[in-house]
Amino acid sequence: MAQNEASVVKKDKKITWKEVKKQKFLMLISFFMVVYGIIFYYWPLTGWLMAFENYKPKKGLLGSKFIGLDKFKFLFEDETFLRVIRNTFAMGFINLVSTTVMAVLFAILLNEVRKGWIKKPIQTISYLPHFLSWIVVTSILHDSLSSTGIINDLLLKCGIIDQAINFFAHPKYFWPIVAFANCWKETGFNAIIYFAAITAIDPSLYEAASIDGADRLQKIRYITLPGIKPTFLILLLMNVGNVLNAGFEVQYLLGNGLVQSVSQTIDIYVLKWGISQNDYSLGTAAGLFKSVVSILLIVIANAVARKYSEERLF
Amino acid sequence: MNKQEYKVSKPISDKIFGAVVVIFLASFVIITLYPVINTVALSFNDGIDAVRGGIYLWPRKFSMKNYKTVFAMQNIWTGAKVTVARTIIATLTSLFANALLAFVVSRKRFLFKSQLALFWVITMYVNGGMIPIFLLYKNLGLTGTFHVYWIPGMISAFNMLVMRTYMEGIPESLEESAQLDGAGYFTIFKDIISPLCKPVYATVALFIAVWQWNSWFDAMLYNRMKTQYTTLQYELMKLLSSVMQQSGSAENAKNSGGNTITPITIRSAVTIATMLPIVCLYPFLQRYFVTGLTIGGVKE
Repeated sequence: MAQNEASVVKKDKKITWKEVKKQKFLMLISFFMVVYGIIFYYWPLTGWLMAFENYKPKKGLLGSKFIGLDKFKFLFEDETFLRVIRNTFAMGFINLVSTTVMAVLFAILLNEVRKGWIKKPIQTISYLPHFLSWIVVTSILHDSLSSTGIINDLLLKCGIIDQAINFFAHPKYFWPIVAFANCWKETGFNAIIYFAAITAIDPSLYEAASIDGADRLQKIRYITLPGIKPTFLILLLMNVGNVLNAGFEVQYLLGNGLVQSVSQTIDIYVLKWGISQNDYSLGTAAGLFKSVVSILLIVIANAVARKYSEERLF
Repeated sequence: MNKQEYKVSKPISDKIFGAVVVIFLASFVIITLYPVINTVALSFNDGIDAVRGGIYLWPRKFSMKNYKTVFAMQNIWTGAKVTVARTIIATLTSLFANALLAFVVSRKRFLFKSQLALFWVITMYVNGGMIPIFLLYKNLGLTGTFHVYWIPGMISAFNMLVMRTYMEGIPESLEESAQLDGAGYFTIFKDIISPLCKPVYATVALFIAVWQWNSWFDAMLYNRMKTQYTTLQYELMKLLSSVMQQSGSAENAKNSGGNTITPITIRSAVTIATMLPIVCLYPFLQRYFVTGLTIGGVKE
């Protein structure tokens, strides 16, 4: 306790001029870091101006004609864009829920295994997919889901279907496939943090529950779940801001003409209009919309969390 | 201790629950491993034979032709060289830059530490988006060069924060005594903090290396026309889209000397070749990324 107080006092001590003079090296590094940050992270923000202009690369950012909200008007009258927004939100939400549930479930159930020689290999295997690229993941999932893959074979053999299903040709299968792909890739890795949170729970709580005659399911419900609640909330908060970012690679790689009404996300729309069609202004407008909504989501999530619990991001 | 407890009184509900745990974990392992093993089997199978389907865990008509073809492809070799080069260069430079920044930000007595930290935390939440960034790289002359792979992403606020958390846990007294001995901040960084930070350096290096190894979008966006700067993943991506379009037709199978290859089997071979280095490496780095994630991910 006394030590703690001492360090608090020390922290409050004002930084003296003598100390600052010794910090030349730190200042120099900070300077370079700020310059780097301005060039690569803050300067692109000026490009948002393009969303309000009829941007022509030859005329530049300041020379192009200002057109106000015309591009946004075009976006929100474009049925494709509205569908794209729906797809992005839907897939982001489905992925967030399904990956979180799977990670929590996996962490809790694996924690029930007491034997290290079973637990360790399962953990190692569970991390594997996280380190594979989305290209590799879509490639190997494509094999299992193809018309000659195991899923179709199993369904055929069990008599559930008479004919192989081409899973990539029907819009109704697309969102579940994307959710499955996300779960397949990230469950083990996301579970790491939950696993750490479970390990941090006081073992005497479980012992006391055993004496009271609680079975394993009751222990999970009344000890483990409340124990990981803070971690769960923090991660949920961090991920809510990422909901709109959760949709690019897998949709781009698995999407095709037959399912594009459900597969296209905002990022793909930006890529299509901005890079392929060279309409930089429209691409930027769509991207700006995404950024603004993302920031709003973070602020809202933070406010909600502040109201209902002690956990918050900043 | 626990064992005895269970032997004494094990309610029936616990037995049922135990069975559920076993079934869940067994299916988890099968679902995780099966697609990978299936792709390995396909990559060693004859092309036209594979189109018939029915290959699960083991090749039916064994053939090395796929790998032979893949290793004879010039673009795969170019992609492999670029991927290895960018992984090494970017991991080293990025690790150094992030560590240095984390060191500066974690100095408790540094005048601007909170301002500098905030400056970088903001970049995690606000960014210009695809088009402005694309135009910036174009104006800076980074597109169409190798440098676009390692210069722009050198500093990542997330990696920096993971390292900062770790460095803040190192006792201040070490720094103070070094300062009394006349050591400057760079010496403190190099000789005192860095040796203690090896575990977190390993974690972050692994994150950067995996990210670099798996990148394809930057190759497609910035270096589409420059075939000499293609990456392994981008070449795989092109193969994948060609397979998706043909969806397993045997028509474009190439027949040579009894053994055949098709886009499916070729792509399987490239997939396996691409993931092999990572699969061999990550189990040994496991304890690093587990601890790294645990300290960085949970704010205390």
